[in-house]
Amino acid sequence: METETTSQNRGFLRVLWQTIGVPIGAIVLALLFGVIILLISGANPLNAYAALFQGAFGNSTAFVRTLEKATPLIFSGLALTIGFKAGMFNIGAQGQLIMGAMAAAFIGFAVEGLPWYIHAPLALIGGALTGALFGMIPGVLKAFTGAHEVITTIMLNYIAINITDWLVGGPLQDRTTEILLPRTPRIFETAMLTQRRLVDQGIIYIILAAIVVFIVVYSIKKWMDWKEAGNDVRSFFTAYRSQFLLMLLPIFLLGLYILDFLHIGFLIAVIAAFILWWMLERTTIGFEIRVVGTNIHAARYAGIRVALIMILTMFLAGLMAGLGGAVETTGVDMRYEPGFNIGLGFDGITVSLLGKMHPLGTIPAAILVGAMKAGANTMQFQAGIPAEIIDVIQSLMLFFVAAEMIVRYVLRMRKDGTEISLTSGWTK
Amino acid sequence: MTQVLTFVRSRQGKTVIGFFAAVVVIAMFYAAQPQVTQAVLSSTIRHSTPLILGALCGLLCERSGIINIGIEGQMLMGAFMGYMVNVWTGNLILAVLASMITGALLGLLLAYMSISLKLNQVIGGTVLNILAVGLTGYFYMVGLTTAGKLTTFPLGPLAKIPLVGPVLFNNGLITYLAFVLVFVLQIVIYHTRWGLRTRAVGEHPHAADTLGINVIANRYINTMIGGSIAGLAGGFLTLESVGSFERMMTNGRGFIALAVMIFGNWKPFGAWGAALLFGFAIAMQTQLNFMGINIPHQFVGMLPYLLTIVVVAGIVGRARPPAAEGVPFEKE
Amino acid sequence: MDDNVPVLEVRHVTKRFPGVLANDDVNISLKKGEIHAILGENGAGKSTLLNIIYGLYQPDHGEILVDGERIDLRSAHDAISHGIGMVHQHFKLVPVFTVTENIVLGSEVVKNGLLNMREARRQVRQLSKDYGLAVEPDTLIEELPVGVQQRVEILKALYRNAKILFLDEPTAVLTPQEVQDLFKVIESLRERGVSIFFISHKLKEVLQLSDRITVMRRGKVVGETTPQEADEKILAEMMVGRDVILTVDKEPANPQEPVLTVNNLSVMGDQHALVVDNVSFEIRAGEILGIAGVQGNGQSEFVEALTGLRDVHHGEMIINGKTMPFNNPRVLVENYVSHVPEDRQKHGLVMPYSLVDNLVLCTYYQEPFSKGIVRQEEPMVESAEQLVEQFDIRTPSVTVPASNLSGGNQQKVIVARELSRPVKLLIVNQPTRGLDVGSIEYIHSQIVAIRDRGTAVLLVSAELDEILSLSDRIAVMFHGELVATMDRAEATREGLGLLMMGVTGN
Repeated sequence: METETTSQNRGFLRVLWQTIGVPIGAIVLALLFGVIILLISGANPLNAYAALFQGAFGNSTAFVRTLEKATPLIFSGLALTIGFKAGMFNIGAQGQLIMGAMAAAFIGFAVEGLPWYIHAPLALIGGALTGALFGMIPGVLKAFTGAHEVITTIMLNYIAINITDWLVGGPLQDRTTEILLPRTPRIFETAMLTQRRLVDQGIIYIILAAIVVFIVVYSIKKWMDWKEAGNDVRSFFTAYRSQFLLMLLPIFLLGLYILDFLHIGFLIAVIAAFILWWMLERTTIGFEIRVVGTNIHAARYAGIRVALIMILTMFLAGLMAGLGGAVETTGVDMRYEPGFNIGLGFDGITVSLLGKMHPLGTIPAAILVGAMKAGANTMQFQAGIPAEIIDVIQSLMLFFVAAEMIVRYVLRMRKDGTEISLTSGWTK
Repeated sequence: MTQVLTFVRSRQGKTVIGFFAAVVVIAMFYAAQPQVTQAVLSSTIRHSTPLILGALCGLLCERSGIINIGIEGQMLMGAFMGYMVNVWTGNLILAVLASMITGALLGLLLAYMSISLKLNQVIGGTVLNILAVGLTGYFYMVGLTTAGKLTTFPLGPLAKIPLVGPVLFNNGLITYLAFVLVFVLQIVIYHTRWGLRTRAVGEHPHAADTLGINVIANRYINTMIGGSIAGLAGGFLTLESVGSFERMMTNGRGFIALAVMIFGNWKPFGAWGAALLFGFAIAMQTQLNFMGINIPHQFVGMLPYLLTIVVVAGIVGRARPPAAEGVPFEKE
Repeated sequence: MDDNVPVLEVRHVTKRFPGVLANDDVNISLKKGEIHAILGENGAGKSTLLNIIYGLYQPDHGEILVDGERIDLRSAHDAISHGIGMVHQHFKLVPVFTVTENIVLGSEVVKNGLLNMREARRQVRQLSKDYGLAVEPDTLIEELPVGVQQRVEILKALYRNAKILFLDEPTAVLTPQEVQDLFKVIESLRERGVSIFFISHKLKEVLQLSDRITVMRRGKVVGETTPQEADEKILAEMMVGRDVILTVDKEPANPQEPVLTVNNLSVMGDQHALVVDNVSFEIRAGEILGIAGVQGNGQSEFVEALTGLRDVHHGEMIINGKTMPFNNPRVLVENYVSHVPEDRQKHGLVMPYSLVDNLVLCTYYQEPFSKGIVRQEEPMVESAEQLVEQFDIRTPSVTVPASNLSGGNQQKVIVARELSRPVKLLIVNQPTRGLDVGSIEYIHSQIVAIRDRGTAVLLVSAELDEILSLSDRIAVMFHGELVATMDRAEATREGLGLLMMGVTGN
């Protein structure tokens, strides 16, 4: 018995290393290179990183700020990830996000007199759908003309910036202040995703109770199946361990939320990630998307309607990004004001690749990048280092994670099993 | 008669007709509004220069099989380094060289990622772009002064020809270099040993390999030279056009350059025509404002990006990129 | 020069790749003016040996001697400088270049720094005349038929003064008549002092052409003989190591009602010309219709059109009385059509996915594998395990990726998947390409078995022997047309060969 559990533990560790080894290695390497750059520019790396950490995790405000920054990153990451699964490089997450944010702001300030349980969800749905429709454009172009989505999505990013700039400077501008600023009016309170609402209304406790009940019932059922199949007690715990831990996660998150440690947008993002994961792994549609991304010829052979899948995938990607924008508007900004870093969706790429192109992987990856962004201001303030160092470190992380993944892919293709088959070249 | 008809329908025929039509239209406008026409055409040349240089970079890389999404990053870094060297030394020639070397170094990085690490080339180019944005944003300091920028100098009597003279023959160094490079690249690609081998490497690297051609070296060198041309494009922005640096000043030109390359069917002269077309679209943005036409400037600002999408969506199906591009080379 | 010194000698060459010993202590020699065949199955190590001699690989042990002197071959350059020329099985020609450009690539003629194509063209014309290999210097490769492309490949080697020529499976893509033309060229090359190694797995050709035959199996040289001493059966046994059945046992067919009727099918190819031209035919339940033809006459596009993988210019396809839409593989699946594709890694399998996923590739959306849009794990795994056992697929488990399996087992996965649902029409395209003899026998028996159960079978193959041994009726495709259809009893090798080349005898 003992040798069994130790070898199982060792196997568990090895699997753990295989999954997160590459991203962790990339992060460490990038941070090391960051030290070099800081030294070149005459800064003190220790101060810099300390201030960075302080700004991200130093206290509960910092922690909430980190999660707040992480939220749109999760959505962007998901928008990229689902694109990758179908073999498409969706750099347009930024543009789709902006359009969603804009739409949510519009619904938020233009409509009056709705109760909160309609207004807020409406803003979110409106934002998500706007992003989805905007994201569909490159999908349609690719499916019917073979236009490479890298160019079309980047172009659409710029177009989105232009459209939203025009809207906030023109028809949708806030006229209530003396000095006219290029931004929309504030959204109504009923459209906001305020922290305490769900808690105050007691709803959160009902949800919590429902989850606990579900876990208990599910566990009992699993236990009874196990016994019926004639297996013994101890192996049940080892087999069931990981599933159980996964199910505790929602309780953990809700707990944090109640304790005011969480931003509700983050919660929505996590739920979205889980739903996307379930869809990709367990449904026929998810299977079709993945086959199109892995071997488009076999997909056609299997009777999958490839054009439809491409369009659907970009729709879903835009949906995620649009939802992210809507969450930003209704949960943080309370209006739409241009000022998004024109990162052109690069953040989403980093998060998606650090998360190994897995929906659940985007969560820790987004927390990491969000932490860097949250800490950057503190670092600039406290240690006097320009916040752009974050961009540099981020691009290094991207480089290392992509390089390592590809190198391993080339060398150990047989063992890995998950293929990254991004489109290359300009033709279909 | 049938011969004439075949010619008219052919691709060359259409280009020639288009060219003559453009000449006629321009002449008409010039007769009506000489100042405006000249201003618009000069502006077209100015806007098209970084585009043609970027397109030539993309073209060279792709002919040898490397897709270069990182032109934007190479331009940005080239712009920045050119600017900084100008600030430090005041020597404009040195600054131009600096921008080209920077571009070449980034090209080397892209080549390393694509060839030796066999990274997906689109990701590699994206890394270049993010790196450039990050590094230039981090190291840029506001309030630096430069000695000046590259002034225009007229090419003797040629500059006196009405309309064509000031537009084509009274420009800065890099603009002239861009004209020259179009011709140079056309000759190199189609009439030299290097060009033949490069094209072979881009179409069928294994064929080249079995004939003793070093595919890897060819790709490295072409990517680096291409990079230097993209760096030059960036240098144009800070050393000849604007005169100073600004964060993210390239504003998508690197990507538009890719559309220019595709529109030009991966040929230098074709890319030049496409660059002029795009340059014209950008030039119209300011012009329409001057003319008091009341379209919100953002809509006109969208024009180049929309045009790019139209080109990429409409042309790609019919155009033919080098067959082996984007695929890492592996010995069988 | 001493005529007894071999012009090329390979001594004790060994080459190991991860997991496989490709060449094991190989010793071969080539005499001056000799035509020496290297015979072996797929995977026997022939191509590896060739690549070593051409400098593309470095051997782990062993040496290579030219004219008695040991030479170091680190690249294709070195091989070329020693007079070694190679004509690969898959031509190394740039499709968008002209004949001249392809021939001089790497050894270009230059004047004042620029390419001197006029001189190059002149040299090519001269060379072409000297060796009797007719080519037009300015034609684009992609416009040339395969037989002419091969001539360009040979000229490439001769342009670089090759005295030792390697031909890797030279007849794989030629019609029987083009093969005879090639043999004449090889003879004339020999007369001009060129020594030739040629690799093949085609017994008849090897016996017809060569002076000496070396047989390789699993990386080793298992024997050397001459056409005088050996015949097909002996050679086959040397190649495979045991008694080989060269024909398939089957009972006469018992065809019933028509299952597939195709009327006036025309398909456009990638070069905007018709590659399938007005094809009409019928297949009945319980019979095998074999389509013979040299690769490149439209068969691939023909099958792709029938199976929904390619656009159709015009035509009609009727299965069991129902008119089928084109471009819709799913409708075919639901009408009991199964398709074993030509390219198993491209169309037939998703290589990184498990056998479980691959075995439900066409049926994943049906019950019991899915309830609505939610996939059901257990029924898929159970079905996969059962199929693995039923079809004797060699694999450690059903969850390994398909890329782990050998070619033969991969093909068995596809066959298992396609035959495990009710089938009224089975379409198989090059079913045994690249497979070992054991797998070939197995798949042939499966095809016959399903025919006996009343399924109609459309068999497309470039291997004439396969067509002859399996088919009940035979049709020949040439330049996209079905130029003849006949019963098996009426078909002969020679007759089919002529038809495959377009000679209709009218």
